[in-house]
Amino acid sequence: MNKIHSMFQDLTDKFEGVFKKLRGHGKLTDKNIAETMREIRRVLLEADVNFKVARDFVAGVQEKALGEGVLRSVTPAQQVIKILHSELAHLMGDTNAALKDSSMPPTVVMLVGLQGCGKTTLAGKLAKYYKGKGRSPLLVAADLQRPAAVEQLRVVGSQVGVNVVAELNSTPVEVCKHGLLAARKAMNDILILDTAGRLHVDDALMLELQEIQRETQPHEILFVADGMTGQDAVNTANEFAQRLDFSGVVLTKLDGDARGGAALSIRAITNKPIKFISVGEKLDALEKFHPERMASRILGMGDVVSLVEKAQFAVDEDKARKLEKKLRRQEFTLEDFYDQLQQIKNMGPLEDVMKMIPGMGGKAMKGMQVDEKALVYVEAIINSMTLDERRRPQVLNGSRRKRVARGSGTSVQDVNKLLNQFKTMQKMVKRMSRSGMKGMPKFTF
Amino acid sequence: MGKLDWHGATPAPDRSTADLPFTHQINRICMASLFEKFKSGLAKTRAGLVDEISSLVKGNYEMDDAFLDQLEEILISADIGVETSLNVIENLRDRVNREGFDQKEEVIGFLKAQLCDHLHQNAALSSESDAGSFLNPTSTPHVIMVIGVNGAGKTTTIAKLAKVFHEEGKKVLLAAADTFRAAASEQLEIWASRANVDIVRTQAGGDPAALAFDASKAALARDVDIVIVDTAGRLHTKVNLMEELKKIHRVLGKAIPGSPHETLLVLDATTGQNAIIQAKQFQNTVGVTSIVVTKLDGTAKGGMVLSVQKELGVPVRFIGLGESMDDLKPFDADTFVEALFE
Repeated sequence: MNKIHSMFQDLTDKFEGVFKKLRGHGKLTDKNIAETMREIRRVLLEADVNFKVARDFVAGVQEKALGEGVLRSVTPAQQVIKILHSELAHLMGDTNAALKDSSMPPTVVMLVGLQGCGKTTLAGKLAKYYKGKGRSPLLVAADLQRPAAVEQLRVVGSQVGVNVVAELNSTPVEVCKHGLLAARKAMNDILILDTAGRLHVDDALMLELQEIQRETQPHEILFVADGMTGQDAVNTANEFAQRLDFSGVVLTKLDGDARGGAALSIRAITNKPIKFISVGEKLDALEKFHPERMASRILGMGDVVSLVEKAQFAVDEDKARKLEKKLRRQEFTLEDFYDQLQQIKNMGPLEDVMKMIPGMGGKAMKGMQVDEKALVYVEAIINSMTLDERRRPQVLNGSRRKRVARGSGTSVQDVNKLLNQFKTMQKMVKRMSRSGMKGMPKFTF
Repeated sequence: MGKLDWHGATPAPDRSTADLPFTHQINRICMASLFEKFKSGLAKTRAGLVDEISSLVKGNYEMDDAFLDQLEEILISADIGVETSLNVIENLRDRVNREGFDQKEEVIGFLKAQLCDHLHQNAALSSESDAGSFLNPTSTPHVIMVIGVNGAGKTTTIAKLAKVFHEEGKKVLLAAADTFRAAASEQLEIWASRANVDIVRTQAGGDPAALAFDASKAALARDVDIVIVDTAGRLHTKVNLMEELKKIHRVLGKAIPGSPHETLLVLDATTGQNAIIQAKQFQNTVGVTSIVVTKLDGTAKGGMVLSVQKELGVPVRFIGLGESMDDLKPFDADTFVEALFE
């Protein structure tokens, strides 16, 4: 949960460019709109959205834009953006699709996809995800093709504390069947089948998948796709869909700067929901996919919902209440400040958190590198103070400041700077509590 | 199965060329089997560009904007990218305005020539672009560092390279510097034993730079000709991991002056325009001297290679056409473009 992807960032920047131009026109004409649509199409194509999907999407948006009286609107640009947003969300499936769960355990989840798309890592992540929900997953190493793939799953399994069914001198179909039996016997309620990567044009291996499907009757077949895939994404997804009628898609490697066109295309072409996105190398870097939120993020509109969720997850409610009381009594100390820092840090990299705030995404953040190091210094300085000093910073005279600077590996100037900032903040807090405003102050680092 | 024999239990080696050294194979393979394999890969489930263009140019077509837009989309569907596609289409437009085209063959021929020009022009930026010189380096030990994003096919490519060098009579040492991914060393070890070459490895989570250093020293001590260093897959956006790569690169140079002599970037053919950013980032971090494009046996056309080569100015040396050890083939620009159209 601590990692937010920078996916779609580039797409966001490009859209912002288009919107800026669009906003420049006071009134839109048919020609303006056509021009804008052309640019949007290009943005999508550069983001690896399939050319057919891009064409249809743009045609749909244009039709809506002309139909919904955008031309007569007072804020035509806003109207277009609104249409784009709802169409994008729609293209990606509108709502999050949950994983199916069988009433008759075990729920069988089968992972399929091309070589190198990240199936084995995902198997580990899913096992961890289920385990976190109090379930009892079992992993099956059905990739007997790639050297050491079984060993890889074993290691991943032991990392998340989940058993792995592995048979080296067997066939993938047999291993899966045995896995199913083992799960029933050991009362595992989730069975995750990690199959070998294969090409959709490889008839023999596609037949093998179909056989595994027949033998194990999976409740969920997840097509795992590399988020960086180009135009070929739809060919592959289509072929897998025809062979296996998979139930959902997981996009991987979205912690890079992939523009995520595959996300838009696969859903549009196969009509299968994207259920998860994988956003990092650590085994907890798995997130549910929310089309609506993603559409907001793509268009640079911020993602308030995720931000609030994150805050809820990271902020200790008890502490928050205590803090509020203190604020009202104007007793905000360096100690509280330190606590706040910790909580913000819990929300993940500051840069990612900032991006979720409306108006802070994309271009607004460019060149404004959030210096996480600065936070480390602040922490070190506060750490070097005694409890009394934290509560009553006014006792910090010259020699104490020197000691704190030495202890934290900073300079007296740094300590002074922090204390001055803190003083300003206290004043702000005072003013805020006087004006009756509740809640947390905004910090100015 | 037919063209898919490479996968599964019984890869059928090409008997006519199998016992010749690799460099001798190149010329023979190039024109015949390579082209066939290439073509079969590139033309599988989808109609080739030619079919699509043919259907466009059927009857009395008009070279109007709609037609050119459609041509552009065809190029884009091969991952050639918006910019390059637009360039090619612009040139086509100019040419049409000047002389006009009557036949679809002319249109296709023109497009082919354009794309070939792109590749040749960019390959020419490097003096030694052919696979032969890559296989016969002058210095020993000759160190090749292999880099790329996760799942691009680095380890498999290394296995194939190891086999090729081994068959050339070179003494090969593999360095398993991917200490991060679970069982990556085991994977390379299995390949090493299949290719009959030595390997240096360390425990999981070990320091990859230290391993690279040890492997270099071992290579000097054992009189090894070729050292191939496998690195962990990393997304080009991860600053720390890219710094680690820099360190491995630096340490290699300390162990053996001038090393690594070759920094090989492995690109997955199914990757879209992101490949260009990837390539640039790796280039800026450690400098790339050669490219391998893998997974060209699917339906992906790998058109982003054109842009990548243009950006980096380094040659594509090999292409990967499957999972077996024999599925590494020398890259040939004309064949590549030809197959794109067949």
